[in-house]
Amino acid sequence: MSVFIDLETRLLVQGITGRDGSFHTRQMLAYGTKVVAGVTPGKGGQRFDGVVPVFDTVADGARETRANTTVIYVPAALAASAIYEAADAGIGLIVCITEGIPVLDMTKVLPYLHERGARLIGPNCPGLISPTQSKVGIIPGNICTPGRVGVVSRSGTLTYEIVHQLSTNGFGQSTCIGIGGDPLIGTNFIHCLAAFQADPATDAVVMIGEIGGTDEQQAAEFVQQGMTKPVIGFIAGQTAPPGRRMGHAGAIISGSAGTAAEKMAAFARAGISVMKRPADVVPLLRERV
Amino acid sequence: MNLHEYQARDILKRYGIPVPDGDVAQTPAEARAIAQRLGGKVVVKAQVHAGGRGKAGGVKLAAQPDEAAAHASRILGMTIKGLTVHKVLVAPATDIASESYVGIIVDRGSQAPVLMVSDAGGIDIEEVARTTPERIYRLAIDPRYGLLPHQGLGLALRLYRDVAQARSAAAIMANLYAAFYAVGASLAEINPLAATPDGRVLALDAKIVIDDNELGRHPEIAALRDSSAEAPSEVQAREAGLTFVKLDGSVGCCVNGAGLAMATMDLVKYYGGAPANFLDIGGSSNPRKVVDALRIITTDPHVKAILFNIFGGITRGDDVANGIVQATRQFPLTVPLVIRLTGTNEAEAVRILTQAGFSALTDMDEAVRQAVARAAA
Repeated sequence: MSVFIDLETRLLVQGITGRDGSFHTRQMLAYGTKVVAGVTPGKGGQRFDGVVPVFDTVADGARETRANTTVIYVPAALAASAIYEAADAGIGLIVCITEGIPVLDMTKVLPYLHERGARLIGPNCPGLISPTQSKVGIIPGNICTPGRVGVVSRSGTLTYEIVHQLSTNGFGQSTCIGIGGDPLIGTNFIHCLAAFQADPATDAVVMIGEIGGTDEQQAAEFVQQGMTKPVIGFIAGQTAPPGRRMGHAGAIISGSAGTAAEKMAAFARAGISVMKRPADVVPLLRERV
Repeated sequence: MNLHEYQARDILKRYGIPVPDGDVAQTPAEARAIAQRLGGKVVVKAQVHAGGRGKAGGVKLAAQPDEAAAHASRILGMTIKGLTVHKVLVAPATDIASESYVGIIVDRGSQAPVLMVSDAGGIDIEEVARTTPERIYRLAIDPRYGLLPHQGLGLALRLYRDVAQARSAAAIMANLYAAFYAVGASLAEINPLAATPDGRVLALDAKIVIDDNELGRHPEIAALRDSSAEAPSEVQAREAGLTFVKLDGSVGCCVNGAGLAMATMDLVKYYGGAPANFLDIGGSSNPRKVVDALRIITTDPHVKAILFNIFGGITRGDDVANGIVQATRQFPLTVPLVIRLTGTNEAEAVRILTQAGFSALTDMDEAVRQAVARAAA
């Protein structure tokens, strides 16, 4: 078992013939993900690498191949439109890797998805992976091992760092989810924590947050009230100055709100084991499981 | 991207919001000419991306043109919160009966634009939120329908008992909301929204922050960028496609990925050092970016050691290694370099670095400890 993606995942790739889309489609195919369709308008009828059928629209691809998940690699200017298209085609899980979608576009995209019951992961995220079952996005497969720890994170490479520490110390993962570094995202910490709590194959969760917003504080409340599984937490940006965007569009301390100290305190109050540095993950997990 | 007050005023004016007359000056003579044209009492305001301009002496009243010029000559060149003032706004001084606040932000919690109004105008809204939160009224707007007329009027009636004034304020809110979406803002505020003794309602000060992700489709807004308000190294970094924030420490950091870059800075502090910068070389595998990154880090005289922390995923270790070798050939380093590199093409990367006389570590903690020690030596 795992959350959101598994052996039943039938993946469609939007932007499959683009530079990023084609590179990562090959990686996903090599990992064993069932990539059943690709979409690039105007290239319908071709086969990507002689294997994956390419369609002009998501609706065509979903109808012909029964794809149930899509991953989006199209440029920022077209990405919001790609999300709408996926939702209209009835795809239930939409993973948007693209960085740079204007926040005001997302204020309209999110209610549209909500009305259609589609789940969006991202945008501006590395995607997710359920080791040995399915990889959707760009998380390197070779650093992950199958196991019983769920990982959820706002970051990309920091997640790889922590997953690498887990894998090399005997803690495999049920699913690793990168929820994205933007201020408005489709799936937040609480959605993932709830899924891990309900997943019989997950024993503990590692949650990697960062400065900006209050998602981590709300997640802490959720952990306190609704979770029985142990949670280990990290917050990046303890040395970040206020008012400056630290790479991610959402990583900004506004006024005095959204600091690392405030989030770490909320974690501690909720009974979450707080890592001071990435290397603390393994000792803290050993204490809790 | 922050806009200056005079730029934000121009946008409000374009969207039908009443703003007092006025113009921007770069010299005392220009300030005098504007004051002359306006006639009467004027206010001279520093145009700089910092709050607390009044307290810093950057906002002055002048009774006649010569006084406006005198104020301008003092304010131009002044430093407010580390930023030099290059321009002043000269506007008529307005008689004020009451001051309110009207602002729009994108609220992360409700995932929608939120209109905030308060009858406690003229002061920092965060201060109002802290001391008298009951004086702030908030409304989440459904972007599919926009600000509905009764919603705007309802909020405006919290600010003004007089219905004519409330209708003026409601129209201003509707126009501010239209401007917010049209220019791609992440914040737009009018503070103060002033009522005059003769009953008019107008915007006396304006602040607009643009979502950087909007600049591509709004070239006319992107052209408003004032690079003189930024650290030169940050301008250089942006032009090179790097995300860079200058800090005060001595350990220069070059990392792939924003989260890992923050965690690296934090670990520098954990081991007793201080980071000189945040720098994300991004996910691409271009040696050129590494060269640009090293050039920018090495121009900071406070940097005593440079730390690379690369976790190869999409970023290929060998590309980073090639970048380091190319850069150090172009401009030999005068400070020690500590390299941590693991992940994609790690073996090839180590081979390239070793051949060029560098050594590479694989453990993040060990690398940070070494960099901190080297910077302190």
